[in-house]
Amino acid sequence: MKLAIVIGTCVATRKDEKISGRKLLLIQPVNMSFKKSGDPLVAIDAVGAGEGELVLFATGSSARQTTMTDGTPCDCVIMAIVDTVELKGKYIFDKSCEGKA
Amino acid sequence: MNPGIIVGRVVATQKYHTLTGLKMLLVQPTDWHRNPKGDALVAIDLVGAGSAEFVFYVSAREAAFAAPEVPPVDAAVMGIIDEVDLPDERQ
Repeated sequence: MKLAIVIGTCVATRKDEKISGRKLLLIQPVNMSFKKSGDPLVAIDAVGAGEGELVLFATGSSARQTTMTDGTPCDCVIMAIVDTVELKGKYIFDKSCEGKA
Repeated sequence: MNPGIIVGRVVATQKYHTLTGLKMLLVQPTDWHRNPKGDALVAIDLVGAGSAEFVFYVSAREAAFAAPEVPPVDAAVMGIIDEVDLPDERQ
């Protein structure tokens, strides 16, 4: 899994019927310095994430292991909203402090 | 399976229900000489690895089979490395 920030939503009226009703979010993968790492992706949201939140996402066939994505043509799912990130003994992110600790 | 070093941990309260109770660690991928390689990733841990330990992890869908409920994860720490015997070091 990798860390990403939700940067927006994606709306598609005409889509595969198996993914109808799913919330599609645009996420920007980030590294441990919270700098952009690669291009933004579209992901199905399984946890109710919102814009600006730091989330965890899984890619590939692992992404289909939720009831929301089981059997659907999906290769990226948001499966956790991050509270804290600890790196080498220091908290580098704390949601309760609104961002970087 | 690839080697890595545990550099931290990630806590999330709001998560997909099959992830409940699983420890999530930050793993810095390395080569077999413990030199960092690429960006850190988040992996679930079922072997009880701790900070700064040298481990090997599995990526992609197979990672989910380590957990009891097949959660939506694509990386899992599978073992804590005690010793590596590399052929180039034997010479």
